[in-house]
Amino acid sequence: MQIEHLVTMANQIGDFFKSFPDQEQAKKDIANHLMRFWARNMREQILAHVNNQNGDGLEAIVRDAIKEHLNNNSIN
Amino acid sequence: MDDIKYSNTQQHDHEHSRTSYDDQLDYGTPASKSDVQVTLTIDDREITVPEGTSIMRASIMAGINVPKLCATDSLEPFGSCRLCVVEIEGRRGYPASCTTPVAEGLKVHTQTSKLADIRRGTMELYISDHPLDCLTCAANGDCELQDMAGAVGLREVRYGYEGENHLKAEKDESNPYFTFDPSKCIVCSRCVRACEETQGTFALTISGRGFESKVAAGINNFLESECVSCGACVQACPTATLMEKTVIEQGTPEHSVTTTCAYCGVGCSFDAEMKGEEVIRMVPNKNGGANHGHSCVKGRFAWGYATHKDRITTPMIRKSISDPWQTVSWDEAINYAASEIQRIQSKYGKDAVGGITSSRCTNEEVYVVQKLVRAVFGSNNVDTCARVCHSPTGYGLKQTIGESAGTQTFDSVMESDVIFVIGANPTDGHPVFASQMKRRLREGAKLIIADPRAIDLVASPHVKADYHLKLQPGTNVALVSALAHVIVSEGLVNEAFVKERCEWDSFVAWRDFVALPENSPEALSLAIGVPAEELRAAARLYATGGNAAIYYGLGVTEHSQGSTMVMGIANLAMATGNIGREGVGVNPLRGQNNVQGSCDMGSMPHEFTGYRHVSDDAARALFEAAWGRPLSAEPGLRIPNMLDYAIEGSFKALYCVGEDIVQSDPNTQHVTHALESMECVIVQDLFLNETAMYAHVFFPGASFLEKSGTFTNAERRISPVRRVMTPKNGKEDWEVTAALSHALGYPMDYKHASDILDEVARLTPTFKGVSFKKLDELGSIQWPCDDEHPAGTPTMHIDEFVRGKGKFFVTKYVPTSEKVTPKYPLILTTGRILSQYNVGAQTRRTQNVAWHKEDLVEIHPHDAEERGIKENDWVGIASRAGETVLRAKISERVQPGVIYTTFHHPESGANVITTDNSDWATNCPEFKVTAVQVTRVSQLSEWQRNYQEFSDTQIAFTGKNPEANTDDRLKQKTEV
Repeated sequence: MQIEHLVTMANQIGDFFKSFPDQEQAKKDIANHLMRFWARNMREQILAHVNNQNGDGLEAIVRDAIKEHLNNNSIN
Repeated sequence: MDDIKYSNTQQHDHEHSRTSYDDQLDYGTPASKSDVQVTLTIDDREITVPEGTSIMRASIMAGINVPKLCATDSLEPFGSCRLCVVEIEGRRGYPASCTTPVAEGLKVHTQTSKLADIRRGTMELYISDHPLDCLTCAANGDCELQDMAGAVGLREVRYGYEGENHLKAEKDESNPYFTFDPSKCIVCSRCVRACEETQGTFALTISGRGFESKVAAGINNFLESECVSCGACVQACPTATLMEKTVIEQGTPEHSVTTTCAYCGVGCSFDAEMKGEEVIRMVPNKNGGANHGHSCVKGRFAWGYATHKDRITTPMIRKSISDPWQTVSWDEAINYAASEIQRIQSKYGKDAVGGITSSRCTNEEVYVVQKLVRAVFGSNNVDTCARVCHSPTGYGLKQTIGESAGTQTFDSVMESDVIFVIGANPTDGHPVFASQMKRRLREGAKLIIADPRAIDLVASPHVKADYHLKLQPGTNVALVSALAHVIVSEGLVNEAFVKERCEWDSFVAWRDFVALPENSPEALSLAIGVPAEELRAAARLYATGGNAAIYYGLGVTEHSQGSTMVMGIANLAMATGNIGREGVGVNPLRGQNNVQGSCDMGSMPHEFTGYRHVSDDAARALFEAAWGRPLSAEPGLRIPNMLDYAIEGSFKALYCVGEDIVQSDPNTQHVTHALESMECVIVQDLFLNETAMYAHVFFPGASFLEKSGTFTNAERRISPVRRVMTPKNGKEDWEVTAALSHALGYPMDYKHASDILDEVARLTPTFKGVSFKKLDELGSIQWPCDDEHPAGTPTMHIDEFVRGKGKFFVTKYVPTSEKVTPKYPLILTTGRILSQYNVGAQTRRTQNVAWHKEDLVEIHPHDAEERGIKENDWVGIASRAGETVLRAKISERVQPGVIYTTFHHPESGANVITTDNSDWATNCPEFKVTAVQVTRVSQLSEWQRNYQEFSDTQIAFTGKNPEANTDDRLKQKTEV
């Protein structure tokens, strides 16, 4: 899928969770949302984008959430 | 046990203990709800009934039939026909039994020689001005006047028939579905009262006085009047005055089967009245849990599509969409589809294939499609049309209160003191429920409406909104934050409820957030477009006005912050304690008949039936054991993901059952491009819908009249759909899916739809107690239905939330990226109209087109004047996604800067202009906000011209005549 599209969608998810008072929890929730609702290849694409392009276009909290909490493992 | 009773039986509970209630009998006047019991004697029988019961009802309960004409138990007594007179010992005169309440110790006589004289004299007067054509009358055998003439023993009319009379009164045949023949009218006012009390439209009146008095619909005729053709008057009429045209043409039905309407999310129960395998009429079922004997123009009359000539009843295949269709046998079509799926999966991988289920299908059909995808295709690439309507409801309510469903029954509204309608248009979208809501509003409940447009409920006869918050499209979350700010800062939170029932920490975070000055009505007023004081007043009313219930629709969900708004609504309800009892709650009004059901049945790519995530090991193990196949723990692709991957070349085949994504999904050109990129598109439908024009395999579907199954409505009510005729295509839809599965090497050995529901019940805790047998016994069941609640659960979250404690979420307003610019200075928002349904595939093929033959664009006079646009002009509407042309309707219903249209007709191309912006959590499209420009034009848009040509070619490929299908509007248009 076009990476710009995934970046937009991920940032929208970030927009919701970043208003939580606990930012560490917000990052976990962002990653968890991606784990629970995004198909594996979408997750792989955004993760590669973070690893290889430093998450260009992603908001910091989303990039960090992906870096810290999203991995290539299966969802469970 | 109170919470598990049926509301419709509840009404009669007080009577139940002493008499047996016959649900087919007309008791003449409505039941009394009093708990005080009164004993009286009627003729030779002693009977005990609730205080407030009429003598008429008490008599009928005692098995004594008092003659009556103007009384029927769906309407308040009127006392005009004088046939139901009785004598009461110790009282003077001959009171009407319908308007006289029972009293302790009364001795009533219903049959005396004096009463017989009075009744005979009254009937004689009626018949002296009534045609004597009983044998050739459409109501012969089904006429209360005829019955009463017999009951009172009328033998002659001494006045003769030569005097002045109404026998030559002209018929009004303007309504496409029923005839009004005033020569047969006895002016009992039942129709007028039904229009007022049952429907709440007040379209009918009695005009003139004395001999001149007659029933009148508006100034000219029914069609031009305010009449919404709900059929309540036809149902109430005791004679042949108001009569279905189908009965006039074909005679009275000979048998009847109770089934469930296949239109909106109200899910009305109907009796399909039949002659053999032909439907003569659909009559609303008096005992229907959702509709209590009421109906709308769609369910009552618009079922003719089932036998429309456009229906395709034989399977078809083709190699390419530029080839004509080839009609083939079922075996050939199924084997071809199976071989294509296998070929594509072996070439591109198992994830290259997916399926889409529809809210127009039964629970059983939806279940087998998602089972096919998960167990046989081997992925979780299954999605449903709720993606584009209520997916944020599923997500938002699951997060906050723990269950992806509305909290109440429809009847709950009768206990509401404040009704808050947000982004819903019940009189058009959910008309039968709207009638009930209006009844409660006439009783005095307060009304708050949040809608960018003035919907009918804002001001209609005897209903006026206390506050109409005419907000800017896209500012819902700002609105909910402002309301929450008032509730928190003015001390209106129900802290006792929150402490007991909710997660306190989440409440504190939410409270502190909404209390910020940036969330005050004053700060947000400009963005919302509603004065701060009005926001404050509405918030106070919601929080302090008694039982407050929120009803919401797609105006909440179809936004980039749709899920946020659903959570914001749940926050409001929890903070004010308006959840967990009758009269309150959070009520999503579901668009289509089975939106709730299709979601319940595991149509979403991330969850199994009963909303259990595919990564839940225990749930997955249960399904793996039952289905005998390994299942993926990974969420699959959503519809928009499937389309994106199709365009990129990795998603290659789609099995689409009962859905029309080309017309109903946003950014049409993106959708069609995706379909063109696939190698095998399989469409199962009644008609060659817009999506089928891009298909390679067409499986003909069966209408709701031709199959068995269940639908689940917006109040979680599971209702039976019963087969009343043989499928014209030869198979019920689940049989088609099962055959495809078999061809792919996985037999599904169901004998009947009931076997499928039994499997759902075995695998889904909330459906544990549901079966066809129980539905036969109870009529309908609201899930959860399990050992604890064997008859279902009308009201949820009573003592605790499904998730345990309710959870508040901080809901920050994030303006949509779809902003007005100098190039696109207006906001387009979309909606529905009463007479048409969804993509219109069904209703456009009925005479409902008499009310809405084309989609119009509503423009405010200021915006129209600025652009030189007049009523009925063709206007081009351009967005960054595309352009289309519609006829203008100048209207102050919309505010300046906002235009509005519907999308019931494919050639309108409303979704050519909507964009692929979507909800952050669920990808539900932002249908309600598109930045556009409008200009006066003289020809169709390029898309429309191409569409017409493409559509004509595709219809010709089926062997049908495309001319017959071309919309008049377009014929006219090409002549411009």
